[in-house]
Amino acid sequence: MNVIEILGQLMNTTLVFSTALIFVALGGLLSERSGVVNIGLEGLMTAGAFAAAVGADYAARSGMGGLTAAWVGIVTAMIFATVFALLHALATITFKANQVVVGTVINFLALGFSLYLVKNLYDGAGETNSVEMFSKYAIPGLSDIPLIGEGLFTAYPTTYLCIVMIAIVWFVLFKTPFGLRLRAVGEHPGSADTVGISVTKYRYIGVLLSGVLAGLGGATITLTTTGTFSHNTISGQGFIALAAVIFGKWHPLGAAGAAIFFGFAISLRNFAQLFEFSQQIPEEFFYMLPYLLTLIVLAAAVGRSRAPGALGEPYDPSKR
Amino acid sequence: MESPEKQYNKALGKGIKIFTKSSSLVPIVAIILGLITGALVMLAGGYNPLVAYGALFGKLIESPYDIGETIRAITPLIFTGLSVAFAFRTGLFNIGAEGQFVMGMLGATLIGVKLDLPWFIHAPLAMVGGAVLGGIWAGIVGYLKAKRGVNEVISSIMMNWIGLYFANYVIGTWLSEKGQQKSNEVHESASWSIGWLSEMMDHARMHGGTIVALICVFLFYILLWKTKQGYELRAVGLNPDAAHYAGMNVGRTVVKSMFIAGAFAGLGGAFEVLGVFGYQTISSASPGYGFDGIAVSLLGGNTPVGILLAAILFGGLTYGSGGMSFEADVPTEVVRIVIGAIIFFIASHGIVRMVMKPFSFRRNKPTDGSKEASRT
Repeated sequence: MNVIEILGQLMNTTLVFSTALIFVALGGLLSERSGVVNIGLEGLMTAGAFAAAVGADYAARSGMGGLTAAWVGIVTAMIFATVFALLHALATITFKANQVVVGTVINFLALGFSLYLVKNLYDGAGETNSVEMFSKYAIPGLSDIPLIGEGLFTAYPTTYLCIVMIAIVWFVLFKTPFGLRLRAVGEHPGSADTVGISVTKYRYIGVLLSGVLAGLGGATITLTTTGTFSHNTISGQGFIALAAVIFGKWHPLGAAGAAIFFGFAISLRNFAQLFEFSQQIPEEFFYMLPYLLTLIVLAAAVGRSRAPGALGEPYDPSKR
Repeated sequence: MESPEKQYNKALGKGIKIFTKSSSLVPIVAIILGLITGALVMLAGGYNPLVAYGALFGKLIESPYDIGETIRAITPLIFTGLSVAFAFRTGLFNIGAEGQFVMGMLGATLIGVKLDLPWFIHAPLAMVGGAVLGGIWAGIVGYLKAKRGVNEVISSIMMNWIGLYFANYVIGTWLSEKGQQKSNEVHESASWSIGWLSEMMDHARMHGGTIVALICVFLFYILLWKTKQGYELRAVGLNPDAAHYAGMNVGRTVVKSMFIAGAFAGLGGAFEVLGVFGYQTISSASPGYGFDGIAVSLLGGNTPVGILLAAILFGGLTYGSGGMSFEADVPTEVVRIVIGAIIFFIASHGIVRMVMKPFSFRRNKPTDGSKEASRT
């Protein structure tokens, strides 16, 4: 295999792994911009990955074609993950519970429920049936360009959706009144409340959207990478996405860039066996790499970014 | 201007304080609500919750063997519960007890397999090895927080995965026969098993770690409430700024607290190797005791006795779930849901207060806990 081909493939797998991370990071970003810390992204992703497998499986069994079934899976995932996000919102916004603890509980519950339902639906098995995954779609013309043709223009439909999503989130957050209000609620809820913006409403929307997007991210993993759901389908990606939000300075483009960086680290291990020198390095170190890089990146200067002003703080109107 | 990391940490740390205070009624109502949630989930899944809970609690006292194994299941939860709670007291959320536990296992396995010493040195040394390795693993998280402002929640999750793969690597390379998925057995001289007690309990895996766990509960109390160091640790937990102005070294306290927390978790891991299994396996996921430790610490209100009781409850639920799946065919994950629900209700104590309202004579002010949290 020549260098161009390897680079093209590396680019391509990076994109595959980044897609899910970007979706989840965008979700986390919306929640955090509204002032709610979302440690539960991992759990929301797990719920999404599970529901995608089940949704696609049941749709296929009821006679839908592979591609339609996969899209049914995606929708199921977004709904199921949003249920858990609703739980998160209820506890942290309405009942003013500690956001970090509730996030941890969401991780706990989402995994518990998903595995329980897997056993319940598949007669005690620890894994769902395999479902038909998305296939890569090559953009005619562009995909014939050497290097980037294979690297960027031959991708899963979810990757294209993801690029659109980055643009949508950016536009909504910075160019619409809705986005302004969402940010206001996270930055200074007291002032927002004074001018008649409902803090509760916008925070609910922020957290629920994080459920939708994290569910989509989880579904992406099931429907492009694993094809089934089991206990370790989601293993830390939610937390990596959260790190991407921080590393990306709570900005959609920054978060997406950071997610691509982490996606690259994850995809590296697939290429470990290709080269003479990298075969010397034990496999475990490649597994460690994304987590190690996340740690290093966070420890090295993150630059002058600023967290949303009221992040982590339940809003109490009586102390305005 | 404050650094962004600092602001973020502050945001994450807000409200942790409420968990250092507890009223005894909230946990009890939360447990009941949690069990009801589990029952509803079982009903929805087409199982009979009464039969299932009957099987669960019946399993715990079915035979001497089961009683012994229940104690065996409770022991690591005491350690990880203490670990999470100790960090909580210093205002830190140690979600990394999982990785520290794995590193504790590794430390004990290393010393147990590689060294050959008389038992009275070997066994304690293997135990200390686990504690130190767990402590270092957590200490790194504390250091990154103190010096680089990295939020401990994210860094300790990353350390969990790094620890898991690192342990797999060390076992695979140095501690096992080729192609084996587990390490060699630790030497007899490093073992903490109590032979005569196991004999008495129908070969349940009884070990000295349980006694060490109880000593640690006591130590937890002494360290935090009866020493100068403990006073500093708690002061930093309650108000880092005030502690700083009073002349305490907040950064050093953070590292120290994390080290001790990690040592508790590491001890738990060490005894799993030295007392229960005698070896460590290469696995794709960590054993989960660290995450259960978070539940134990929250339910126990971060008090020594509370942690002990919570560990008994969650350890019992976890061990009993085996009987539940065997006799009533209910997936063991129901217990995860029950534990998750209990913590959910503890965290959202507003819900619990709402449920309790009709039953109480005095009207509780519904917002006092949360006000406390948001003011900090």
